[in-house]
Amino acid sequence: MSPQKKHFRPRIATVWLAGCSGCHMSFLDLDEWLFDLAEIADVVFSPIADVKEYPENVDAVLVEGAVANEDNLELIRKVRARTKILVAFGDCAVTGNVTALRNPLGGPEVFLERAYVQEADTQPGIPRDHSVVPELLPRVLPLHQVVKVDAYLRGCPPSPAAIRDLLLSALGGEKEKE
Amino acid sequence: MKVTTLTINGELVSASPGATVLEAARENGIRIPTLCALEGLSTVGACRLCLVEVKGSPRLQPACVTAADEGMEVSTDTDRLRRYRSMILELLFAERNHVCPVCVANGHCELQDRARQAGMDHVRLPYQHPDLPVDITHARFGVDHNRCILCTRCIRVCDELEGAHTWDLAGRGTNARVITDLNQPWGDAVSCTSCGKCAEACPTGAIFKQGSTVGEMEHRSDRIRFISAARARKEWSP
Ligand code: SF4
Ligand code: SF4
Ligand code: FES
Repeated sequence: MSPQKKHFRPRIATVWLAGCSGCHMSFLDLDEWLFDLAEIADVVFSPIADVKEYPENVDAVLVEGAVANEDNLELIRKVRARTKILVAFGDCAVTGNVTALRNPLGGPEVFLERAYVQEADTQPGIPRDHSVVPELLPRVLPLHQVVKVDAYLRGCPPSPAAIRDLLLSALGGEKEKE
Repeated sequence: MKVTTLTINGELVSASPGATVLEAARENGIRIPTLCALEGLSTVGACRLCLVEVKGSPRLQPACVTAADEGMEVSTDTDRLRRYRSMILELLFAERNHVCPVCVANGHCELQDRARQAGMDHVRLPYQHPDLPVDITHARFGVDHNRCILCTRCIRVCDELEGAHTWDLAGRGTNARVITDLNQPWGDAVSCTSCGKCAEACPTGAIFKQGSTVGEMEHRSDRIRFISAARARKEWSP
């Protein structure tokens, strides 16, 4: 990295898999510190930014949520391949948490039937078009059972301060490598 | 009676006669992590979290059920022990459904505390996600088998301090469950006096007071210690 020594700006991203978005809300609760973050790093992909494709050469990513469906699986593999430091961001990413509460009930059919047929007010029927509802995996998995995870940030959601500290240490580590 | 002299982590310490290694350590301010042990109840060595190394023995020994012997050389905090403790904790988390953010005991749970102290940040083993029941047939209490770690504190406190013996253990291995009165719903268990000692003794969110929601169940296991000391030694101050 020595040619860009003075201009090194870490590229960070946040990703939202199967979670309630609470971890991202906690990230947004960093309020004005987000301006400080923008001073020292580029946010190159996030559900709160309008970027469609996960880019190459990302330095650090916070991944919220468990891996519950085929879309999550495809995205997390891409994220892993294109990122240096992958952080399991919050309890759903770390343990499966509430997202994995469907696992003891059996396969996805039981659960789709419950949501789209038994509890339906109008037009009961399971949506079979996977561009509408992605195909569910047989079991909801925490990130580390699918890809290599470099750091774990517990909490449901993690506190804004914990997110800031982790980002600073991840970025600090990258800076030292300059 | 003569005190016992032994070495813990390289330091010469003395223990009261008949003390276990765990008691000897505590008398000398040395912390050994435990889960199934509860002061005031008998010890069973169920959780294995208190494992220590004893010089001359290739096997690790559970401190709560091992007598402190004269001249014994004990280590309580080696890399090997830390590895085993993390593994035991991860096994407990993987075995049933501990979903802390929606648990009645979140923030007041001994399993959570031990995991935090051990620096556990994730569970390497695959979660088993068994389908387990919650029994809320009792008027005042409930039992959620998803959170039970089979420490048997409820069984011991009910038998030894209340004298009711409502609780027992049924099944083996992953089928093991705590049961009330010959496996009847708790609400139908005629032996239960509704004293609430099991709810105070339980280390996790498994036994709770009805009406507690997330993080509201604070167990008072110190009350068990108090009742036992009051009865055995007439010590009436907590
Ligand atoms: S019993 Fe403890 S470890 Fe288990 S879910 Fe509840 S808070 Fe978490
Ligand atoms: S219900 Fe609680 S006290 Fe009883 S064995 Fe399970 S974890 Fe231990
Ligand atoms: S505390 Fe000794 S085995 Fe559980």
